[in-house]
Amino acid sequence: MKLWLAKQRYLIDFTLVSLARRKTRNLGLLFVYAVLVFMLASVTLYTHALRQEAARVLAASPEVIVQRMVAGRHDLIPPGYMEKIGRIRGVQKMEGRLWGYYYDAVTKANYTFMVPAENPPAAGEIVVGPALERSRGLAKNNGISFRSYSGKLHTFIVADVLPQASELVSADLVLMSEQNFRAFFDYPAGHYTDIALSVANPQEVRNVAIKLAAALPDARPILKDEVLRTYASIFDWREGIVLALLSAAILAFGILAWEKASGLSAEEKREIGILKAIGWETGDVIKMKFWEGLLISLTAFLVGFIAAYVHVFHFAASLFEPVLKGWAVLYPRFQLTPHIDGLQVATLFFFTVVPYAAAVLVPIWKAAITDPDAVMRG
Amino acid sequence: MMRPADRALLLLVAGGCAFGLCFVDAARLRAAAGADEAERTRLVAQLRLTDLALFTEARYTRHPSQADLHSAFQDHPLALEHFPTGSLISPPAGLLKVGAGDTAAAEGSAAK
Repeated sequence: MKLWLAKQRYLIDFTLVSLARRKTRNLGLLFVYAVLVFMLASVTLYTHALRQEAARVLAASPEVIVQRMVAGRHDLIPPGYMEKIGRIRGVQKMEGRLWGYYYDAVTKANYTFMVPAENPPAAGEIVVGPALERSRGLAKNNGISFRSYSGKLHTFIVADVLPQASELVSADLVLMSEQNFRAFFDYPAGHYTDIALSVANPQEVRNVAIKLAAALPDARPILKDEVLRTYASIFDWREGIVLALLSAAILAFGILAWEKASGLSAEEKREIGILKAIGWETGDVIKMKFWEGLLISLTAFLVGFIAAYVHVFHFAASLFEPVLKGWAVLYPRFQLTPHIDGLQVATLFFFTVVPYAAAVLVPIWKAAITDPDAVMRG
Repeated sequence: MMRPADRALLLLVAGGCAFGLCFVDAARLRAAAGADEAERTRLVAQLRLTDLALFTEARYTRHPSQADLHSAFQDHPLALEHFPTGSLISPPAGLLKVGAGDTAAAEGSAAK
């Protein structure tokens, strides 16, 4: 064992000296490799953490939301609708929700106006989300005016700002009283945006939804389960532009690895020829190149993964911000709670380290089994 | 003087330790984030929220789970998606499944 270890150390020594002879090329390869691992790991860590966050936070959302559809569009819930729902067995509690969107021409941002079911602000007062506080430079007790869709100017006093910790769910919220909301949007009395339902038996949620769809054909029940599954697949890589961009990088790296795998440079062939001529066995040459592949790929994996971890969980994935932000003016500042999926890391390791370590071996094996004289002559 | 193999091994061990530290740091941050997460969950329950405020550019990206069935094609059925976020996120799960007793699918077929 001791002898084997000593032999491997000598092989690694030789490999490192050999790599140092083509320093620029190998450092370039290591850099590109590490950047690729960094990008893949960043996307994996970010999306997994976001999915976990959404699953935990949205587990507290209403069990069923009932929308009313008119001509394929979401429409207001008219008076009398709630009574019909109330007759459906299994419905424990229902609340009409009042919320809507407001485009602020000052910041060119969209806000979500909402009436809280519990502890609404007093008339004339609003509670704003942290991103809105930043974009409009607001503070507690400041006044702010919004021009409603009817053209009237409505002035509110900022009673409070929602906590920074909740920004991921509350960045663009403006909470106000029901009276202010109805006056601002000219909402007809007794109408609601949609209805939040709670069901006595969680096993019965789907049955209640089916009964709802039968009793009210224009109703569209959205189950919490569907909301959670929407967020479980929200960054599905199939749809991801990030992956589309990454696929170009993966392809470029694939070409690089293929080029390396499919042929050796004249210098490398000469080196193998000399090694064989001075008495190295085929197995030793292969072992040396195996160490080369492993050292490069393992270093790239470690550097790429650690950089990705720091990027996603200590720098709030700032490189992704322009992609995630899209055309949105308000973008929440949030720090994702790290949730690392061991299986994902293992998969990433397997698909980044193993193929490269294996790819370098094939041409080396071909060259190493050839006659040294023929190899040296090229 | 240290041999190249020892230097490389030392570097890889240091890298391995840093890799392990990522998991330790993740556990530390998770423990520290408990109160913030409770705050978010409390707000979601209190306001009956259904979506994350990640993409505020359009109504179907602000509330993807509540979006109209055809909101990405709001101009006409063959209109191309014009918000960048539409390329990032997948359609609501309720619209993707097909099956008996599926309310959203039933709604979808009713709308056609």
